[in-house]
Amino acid sequence: MNKTINQKAWFFVIPVFVLVAFNAIIPLMTVVNYAFQETFGNNVFMWEGTRWFKQIMLSERFHASLGRQFLFTFIILFIQIPLGIAIALTMPKEGVGVPVCLVLMSMPLLIPWNVVGAMWNIFALPDIGFLGHSLNALGFDYNFTQQIGDAWFTTILMDVWHWTSLVVLLSYAGLQSIQPAYYQAAEIDGASRWAVFTKIELPKMKKVLTIAILLRFMDSFMIYTEPFVLTGGGPGNATAFLSIDLVKMALGQFDLGPAAAMSLIYFFIVLLVCWVFYTLMMRNEGNQ
Amino acid sequence: MAKITLKDLSHSYLKTQSSDADWAVRNVNIDWNDGGAYALLGPSGCGKTTLLNIISGLINPTRGDILFDDKLVSNLNPVQRNIAQIFQFPVIYDTMTVYDNLAFPLRNREIEEEKIKSKVHEIAEMLELSSTLNNRASGLTADGKQKISLGRGLVRSDVNAIMFDEPLTVIDPHLKWILRSKLKELHQKINRTMIYVTHDQTEALTFADQVVVMHEGQIVQTGTPVDLFEKPKHTFVGYFIGSPGMNLLPCEFKAGEVILNGKKIETHKKIKSSSFSKTEIGVRPEFINFGSEGIPVKVLSVSNTGRHKIVDTQSESGKIKMIAKPSENIPSGSAFLNFKKEYTYAYGDDWIIE
Repeated sequence: MNKTINQKAWFFVIPVFVLVAFNAIIPLMTVVNYAFQETFGNNVFMWEGTRWFKQIMLSERFHASLGRQFLFTFIILFIQIPLGIAIALTMPKEGVGVPVCLVLMSMPLLIPWNVVGAMWNIFALPDIGFLGHSLNALGFDYNFTQQIGDAWFTTILMDVWHWTSLVVLLSYAGLQSIQPAYYQAAEIDGASRWAVFTKIELPKMKKVLTIAILLRFMDSFMIYTEPFVLTGGGPGNATAFLSIDLVKMALGQFDLGPAAAMSLIYFFIVLLVCWVFYTLMMRNEGNQ
Repeated sequence: MAKITLKDLSHSYLKTQSSDADWAVRNVNIDWNDGGAYALLGPSGCGKTTLLNIISGLINPTRGDILFDDKLVSNLNPVQRNIAQIFQFPVIYDTMTVYDNLAFPLRNREIEEEKIKSKVHEIAEMLELSSTLNNRASGLTADGKQKISLGRGLVRSDVNAIMFDEPLTVIDPHLKWILRSKLKELHQKINRTMIYVTHDQTEALTFADQVVVMHEGQIVQTGTPVDLFEKPKHTFVGYFIGSPGMNLLPCEFKAGEVILNGKKIETHKKIKSSSFSKTEIGVRPEFINFGSEGIPVKVLSVSNTGRHKIVDTQSESGKIKMIAKPSENIPSGSAFLNFKKEYTYAYGDDWIIE
């Protein structure tokens, strides 16, 4: 069949193009602009080439915050994904329990980021916070504002509390879409509970889990507000993740060039990891 | 391998039952003989699948007993009952190869890998799956997947029965025919009890030696395809089987005679009782002829199917369909119909009167 050629069709693309240009391309281009130049204000720019990129790539400070960022993301993925699946598996499949569980599960997701940070800050304060005070009363030497381990523990616990629900809800949706015949067939085939989980439930949840992991990866990799309110990146730089470090550099030190270069590197890391991950997960989908 | 007996079986999905309609399956008494090929036929929602799931142990019946070879199995789970079941939609384990899929029920029963291998190859050969054994099962077409489901039932050589729950629903029409003959062939080869649930009369009549017809949770007739055609025990069987179905006309029973619109009609037997709230006379279109006298009708339309002509007529008591030979001359306007006496039945409250 021959395609009809009609160049007027390009007009239909204009609204989307304009929209994307204003909310993505143009802001991104200003960052690109800063990343290759030096400025002292008054709209005076000097060309610097790739200097800022080299500086960032070689900076130990960047390596450290990137390392912290990866460590944090892997820890929370490692906890949230299995925990989310486990909770979804124990949730009721029908009856009044379903809406109750779903509403309870959605609660943490509805709380604004900075409120979560503030809540956990107060909750974990060693002298007056319920968590901090209880831990100390139980004999643990807990102080998240001064001890690195405690700061990490609190940040991770907060993120698990805030976001595991997302994994639960996605996994639950995946589980609910499995037809009862699969469970019946497994019962007739004499499959154990573990076999039902690994051979039916996990493969059927693959797509929603891919989305859950991608979302959790991106969100946790770009996390800012909650640790900023909770620890402010401290003690020292112990919980200064990439975005916190970036804001410090851009607004604290007003190093706009290096900060812009860092944002671009940051952006490409997120893109790259998502692409690699998605390609790996979907590798075998072609022949289905 | 066993004879399967269902005794006074009833099942309801509701907690309390107030009327017959609350029961998905009611008062079922039936024997499935060892090695038989049965079809469980009925429209959607008549309780066929429920009955099947009760036999396999996926559902616990509200009342009644299930016996395998006169041994009570009502409290045993599907594994202990040793039943194979094939579902409407092909159930395969996506991540496994075809071989692993077929081996799965055996591996769960901790059978030696050597034995599994020979058994899987034997079944794969039978189902023409040998060439795809090492492929991922998820890559197969719907009929290939359904063959795997079937294969998982067949690999266990000691199953008591193999049950099919509308297994050809998602299969392309031209492959349906092939798979159906395959099933028939398999039955002759392995001689295992097979129960085949369907709402399609062609499927039921071609597959089974014995057809069990269900209607509103009850078994209304069990018999060979010929029995169901020639002597429907229930008006539902008459209407559901055959194309077009049986003519059912309201009539009166008087002193042992069937009176249709003031005219005495001879049926295959004299009737004794007459205390029914609904009385009907039933005759299949195949057993009606035109005559010089008989039931007066008006010929409404004739449709030629090639093999025969279907004639729609209007009598005083309602529409009557009849089937005539393609060569036969169909009178236009007024005509008279004769019913073949030995295939004309009287029905009281939907059940045949004998």
